[in-house]
Amino acid sequence: MYRYNDFDDAFLAERNAQFRAQVERRIEGALTEEEFRPLRLMNGLYLQLHAYMLRVAIPYGTLSSAQMRQLALIADKWDKGYGHFTTRQNIQYNWPKLPDVPDILDSLGEVQLHAIQTSGNTIRNVTADHFAGAAADEIADPRPVAELIRQWSTDHPEFQFLPRKFKIAITGSPNDRAVTKAHDIGLRMVEQNGEAGFEVIVGGGLGRTPVVGKVMREFLPQADLLPYLEAIVSVYNTLGRRDNKYKARIKITVNENGIDEVRARVEKRFDEIRPLFKGVDQEMLADIEAHFAAPAFVNKDVAPYELAYTNDPVFRSWADTNLSAHKAEGYAIVSISVKAHGQTPGDATSDQMRLMADLAEKYGHGELRISHEQNVILPHVHMADLPALHAALKEQGLGTANIGLISDIIACPGMDYCALATARSIPVAQQIAERFDELKLEHEIGPLKIKISGCINACGHHHVGHIGILGLDRAGVENYQITLGGDGTEDAVIGQRVGPGFAYDQVVAAIETIITTYLSLREDESETFLDAYRRLGPDPFKAALYPEAAKRNAA
Amino acid sequence: MPRPFKPKVITANALLEGDVVYFTANDEWSREMCQAEVLEDQAHAELRLIEASRQQAEIVGAYLADVKAGDNGPEPTHFREDFRRTGPSNYFHGKQAEAS
Repeated sequence: MYRYNDFDDAFLAERNAQFRAQVERRIEGALTEEEFRPLRLMNGLYLQLHAYMLRVAIPYGTLSSAQMRQLALIADKWDKGYGHFTTRQNIQYNWPKLPDVPDILDSLGEVQLHAIQTSGNTIRNVTADHFAGAAADEIADPRPVAELIRQWSTDHPEFQFLPRKFKIAITGSPNDRAVTKAHDIGLRMVEQNGEAGFEVIVGGGLGRTPVVGKVMREFLPQADLLPYLEAIVSVYNTLGRRDNKYKARIKITVNENGIDEVRARVEKRFDEIRPLFKGVDQEMLADIEAHFAAPAFVNKDVAPYELAYTNDPVFRSWADTNLSAHKAEGYAIVSISVKAHGQTPGDATSDQMRLMADLAEKYGHGELRISHEQNVILPHVHMADLPALHAALKEQGLGTANIGLISDIIACPGMDYCALATARSIPVAQQIAERFDELKLEHEIGPLKIKISGCINACGHHHVGHIGILGLDRAGVENYQITLGGDGTEDAVIGQRVGPGFAYDQVVAAIETIITTYLSLREDESETFLDAYRRLGPDPFKAALYPEAAKRNAA
Repeated sequence: MPRPFKPKVITANALLEGDVVYFTANDEWSREMCQAEVLEDQAHAELRLIEASRQQAEIVGAYLADVKAGDNGPEPTHFREDFRRTGPSNYFHGKQAEAS
């Protein structure tokens, strides 16, 4: 993992001291809210429905045990004993008080974490594949590059006042787990004739206008990355619209000007600035790479795993659902579900955080990851240790075997917390999870991604959910639109709206109808919901959801 | 014909804690909506909003919210204001916890 150097430490300490003084001046009355607001947003501090909210970046989703313990300490000392992991690998505290925030930031600084550029029209937290450095299908670990981008983008003087926020995601695997095609810039690490480089995807995004990103460069040599990124953001900074917030993201810039025109401008700008990069960035990258050396994997007998797998059906179910293939022999990637049925997706208590930190230290080389699907990953666990790990997780309600299943729901905070929300998300997620747990159908249904957003901004990624749910305010009443067939992988597809929305108390039944329809029409158990939807199209689902309309059409 | 004016209260968030607060008839901020001054007239409501917004050292983001008369004073007409007055639905946190 990356360790701050003296420059990083000094930079963060100075920045935190500046914000401490800004908070003091606001409380004394020397700054108006209008003056203070952009300053607090630069440091991740929002004002939400019931309280302030502090968004802390977890760069590319990687945490050490010590960092996780500090997040737990902050939750206990200054919040209500829990934190919320978000769809962009951040953690949010829902109840901090303004005078405490400078102390919280100093506390984060002690473990080399910060909240810089987690808001505002800047380059946000760089997200990455949560299996980075561990996945069997990986070409290269994307995290050193992500760290280089973090350092380049943090406080970048040219990019503090972009037309709108700007999000970058990177993956080192052909199987895209980082939703790169729904980001302003998506980077896929590729090789061409033995040379390492990137496929550069630009102009993806969800929100009001969902767009699948377009390829700007099929192959960008690794050494050209920072000047090329700088060229893209620079062109966007001048070409992007500032007259209309809803047309300000780069996806609109690309749509309005065309990818070819934007590419031509980027290449021109790239030619201008490429000579200014004289290799310092590549020297820094080489230094950073040394921080991300793989842990010292061990060779052990996997008999304890095999014994538990054969004899313990609960362990077997968990192992079948929550483990992924690791690149090292005898190892597994463990996804810890923080979504026990009926719990708030993405919320972890301080006790759970401390347990996961301890278990990471004991069994996982001290590393944790946060996924954009709002779960916690132990990337390097030897299979021999899995039975003991699973037993310990169960003690704190962390043993749920539901990764990738119907109750592994992404949900934004929605109107329970968010000032922008138009309807609630969390209770809808809780009720769906509880309903299908009650029906005991979850494992029979198989792989299924439900994603819920409480407003059109789509933090819950509903457009790329196999089933997407969007909560809206229709004449003062919560109403939920359902989309089907979305996909957030390398084959990204935007889901299609199935018909008129459903009331708050009808949405769970509507989901059940969709699932019943799928189960009755699938060819066999191996045909997933998404495959079945692609084969059948929306019509059978529409007919089941809107029988009255189907009757009228038939008449 | 202009639409009839719906009764309003002034609400904001407290500067230090972020709590939802309501403006009272004696220019103070209460944690409880039932103590808020109900504004029945548009011109008066706009004037009171200006006065409330001046209290920059106390609050952030004052605005007018629709209310209706209830047994114990004003009550929200929109679900958003009902959540603000109560707290989140996934945990017993916020105002609902303070009130008990």
